[in-house]
Amino acid sequence: MTTLLSLALLAVHLALLLTLAPVLAGIVRWTKSRLMGRVGAPVFQPWRDLQRLARKQPVLAENASWLFRGAPTIAFAATLAAAALVPGFALGMATAPLADLLAIAGLLALARCTLALAGLDTGTAVGGLGASREMSFAAFAEPAMLLVIFTLALLAGSTNLDAIAGALREGTAGPLFPLGLALLAMLAVAIAGNGRAPIDNRAALAETGMVHAALALAYSGRHLALIEATAALKLLLWLTLIAAIFLPFGTATPESGLLVWLLALPVWGLKLGGLAMALALFEAGVAGMRVFRVPELLGLAVLLGVLAAVLLAVWQGLA
Amino acid sequence: MAGVSAAVLTGFAVVVAALLGLGAASAVAPRRIAALGSLGACGVGFVLALAYLLAGAAPATLAVPLGLPGSWMTLALDGLSGFFLLVLSAVGAAAAAAALEADADATAPFLPVLLGAMALTLLAGDAFALVLGLELTSLAAGALVLMRHNDSAALLHIGVALPGAACLIAALALLAGGAGGDFRFAAIRAHPPEGWPAVFVLVLALLGAGAKAGLVPLHGWLARLLVAAPMHVSALMSGAMTKVALYVLVRLLFDLSGPAQPGWWGAPLLVLGAAGAVLGALRANMADDIKAVLAGATVGSVGLIVIGLGLALAARGADLSTLAALALGGAMLTALAHGLFGSLLFLGAGAVHQGAGSRSLVRLGGLIHRMPVTTAAVLVGAASLAALPPSAGFAGQWMLFQAVLGGPRIDGFGLQTLVCVVAGLLALSAALSAAAAVRLLGVAFLGRPRSPRASAAEEAGQTMRTILIALAVASGLVGLFPGGVLSLAEPALRRLVSAGMADRAGLLAVAPQADLPGYSALGIALILALSAGLVVWLVRARAVPGHRFGPVWDGGFGPPPAWLPFGDPLTQYGGASFAQPLQRVLGAALLRARETVDMPSPGETRPARIAVAMEDPAERALFGPLAALRPRLVVLADRCWLPGIRRTLAVVFAVLVFLLTVVAIVEQF
Repeated sequence: MTTLLSLALLAVHLALLLTLAPVLAGIVRWTKSRLMGRVGAPVFQPWRDLQRLARKQPVLAENASWLFRGAPTIAFAATLAAAALVPGFALGMATAPLADLLAIAGLLALARCTLALAGLDTGTAVGGLGASREMSFAAFAEPAMLLVIFTLALLAGSTNLDAIAGALREGTAGPLFPLGLALLAMLAVAIAGNGRAPIDNRAALAETGMVHAALALAYSGRHLALIEATAALKLLLWLTLIAAIFLPFGTATPESGLLVWLLALPVWGLKLGGLAMALALFEAGVAGMRVFRVPELLGLAVLLGVLAAVLLAVWQGLA
Repeated sequence: MAGVSAAVLTGFAVVVAALLGLGAASAVAPRRIAALGSLGACGVGFVLALAYLLAGAAPATLAVPLGLPGSWMTLALDGLSGFFLLVLSAVGAAAAAAALEADADATAPFLPVLLGAMALTLLAGDAFALVLGLELTSLAAGALVLMRHNDSAALLHIGVALPGAACLIAALALLAGGAGGDFRFAAIRAHPPEGWPAVFVLVLALLGAGAKAGLVPLHGWLARLLVAAPMHVSALMSGAMTKVALYVLVRLLFDLSGPAQPGWWGAPLLVLGAAGAVLGALRANMADDIKAVLAGATVGSVGLIVIGLGLALAARGADLSTLAALALGGAMLTALAHGLFGSLLFLGAGAVHQGAGSRSLVRLGGLIHRMPVTTAAVLVGAASLAALPPSAGFAGQWMLFQAVLGGPRIDGFGLQTLVCVVAGLLALSAALSAAAAVRLLGVAFLGRPRSPRASAAEEAGQTMRTILIALAVASGLVGLFPGGVLSLAEPALRRLVSAGMADRAGLLAVAPQADLPGYSALGIALILALSAGLVVWLVRARAVPGHRFGPVWDGGFGPPPAWLPFGDPLTQYGGASFAQPLQRVLGAALLRARETVDMPSPGETRPARIAVAMEDPAERALFGPLAALRPRLVVLADRCWLPGIRRTLAVVFAVLVFLLTVVAIVEQF
């Protein structure tokens, strides 16, 4: 019975992820437009874009290899696999025993490396530029991410996301100050990983400022649709992750009562909507950053992460 | 059970003797015999090691009528040496098979000697056999490179190996002294060192084994030796020789020094390991020669393993034996994983050198079209290097990360802070390795060819392709079944840290603690495969099939002229440009990277040039003073050479007086 329930939960979670991801991207885009005084495309526009792109036959560069053709599929699959591990509205999905934070970070790294390789495959200047910047930024974002994981593992005694979310949901975890520092570090990592302002601008047309868009420049048709869908899914994944860790209230567990189950989905939707609004507000408010200043921002995130981990370790040593 | 162990040990003794004899014989016999014989010996060794580990790895010893006058040499076998013999024979078999493909040159006789010497080191049951094996290893490695007339790399190697040997001999002498001059390991184990002698053993073992493993700051020689050696020898050195040196470190610090050493012993290992992991991975990003890239990655992986050893020592000192088993198991898994994927990558680099005529990133590119099998195999190795799930590299690093995350359970504010910093550096090293792997693959194998020779590259031969595929499959299996590898390491873990991973590492998952969920490589692989299937199905159902080809869109550049058949090479990202962001931020700080731009003034027709100079801080700090010392030593040597009769007599007199004084003082006690 519990196995069936956990499988059903996973299926609902996946279906929601796949359908909601483009909508969430649309909400962020629409809110940002409104804040900047434009009308903005409707929130379902990303879905329509995906359908439009899927109807077009891709045009490949003459020297594209099988890696270039397979990369969008691999990147999307890796991101989807990572997203299947992150609990959304309910804990105790069938994938819960696998939901190790390091494995999730590893799957995201797999998607990132695959797209970076694809960027280098056609031998264009812009693709190489995107790949170089993507891997370099990751070199600074990864330590920050690991230190956040370190802090969370200290709090919950495990790197398993379900266990962490469960422990934080009970509120028995410990002091909030290191958790706040970890949240700041994680936000910086999320901004870098998703290519949001001030580090990157997905809608940018100037190649000098591109990171993620540069990697997708040689793609068209269904390949481009997959890459756009990957980006949208990754944003949803990160927001879900942040919600699962830092806004742990309101999620259902297999032991919860009917009321919690009924409320779990709307609460998850509210959390995601709130985070998306906050992201749009932030993006509308900040100016883009020079590429060579990005390591400073991520270095700050690393520093916050070290501080959070050391403070928590010391606190636990004293307690 | 003991019968199996004794038989296996005898078998190994025969294999070592056969390898050493083969080296001597192949100096006169046809050279091909050396490679074939080594392959056979490694195959036998692999089966023996696997059988021994699966049978429970009961310790055994064997006395051999060789060695110092009046004593027999002892050979011994236990779980630790069995595991490393497994690594050695797997890597050695690949290297020997690749030697079949390589030209049968003058280096051939030294390959079986190198293999036999490494096996002798691992089988050593007393200090004499250990030193003999390790020094024979160094000499054979030096000779292999010296025969290729790459004198500076070989001499640097010998120059570092000799002081390293001196340190090791001193450490072993201290240990044997504590055991009443008996230098068999069983006797030393019964009388572990205490107090200051123990600290000296730690320092000397770190210097001695660290020099031979390429541990920072003594890593400069390794990078040069790996670049200079022929491909199968570099594969063997990177995959096995560094691991043998690390085995010596484990043997000295975990086994011979006894289980009662304090936890702070781990701290120097953590610092040196973290420095090596970051510095090696950064050097891998900066190098242009693909073998130098892999050499940097080797230094980085040695650093990773030493981090695991340091954590295991610290945890064992704090009586956290389960954490120590996790850390040591992670180190051993990483050692096996790097043994496989490191040799895979070096052999791939050799195939590229043969097929495309160059090892320089500036001259490669687009090899995926001409060398598909090599590229696919290197892709598997690079995924391990980048620690992407579900590869072997990820499994090893996952365990190391888990051990680091358990680090704060060890008491002591200083160590806790150190562990937090090491956690960040470990992640930095992993991300830098990923960047290096993407750079290596993306620049050498993808994109457009950067030279006519690369555009006409030829796929590796049948033998080479088979070896690469076999290594890729082995590496993939280790990645999918880390629990199986850990069950092979179980006897060693139980022996050294008195706890194992058996209760936490099954076929399906590896967990940091018995009742917690952990990492399931098979599960992750399954989810990945299911997601990929779902995506393919969705795309098939929804999207238009097929694709067309068109000219590449290169940011608005026009079509290249006919004399540039692969487009303008300067519009393509290369190794140097890919690494530039990292070089400006980290390279400038850690490697003193400096850019010099030569920009012609308007109207001049010469091209603009950018040059990057960098130097390794360890080499500057270590070898700079030594190089400055050399002229003074030469003057001194000159003076000793022709001192004149009066000074000679004076020296003899002084020495005589000194020796008599020593005798007089000794007589007093």
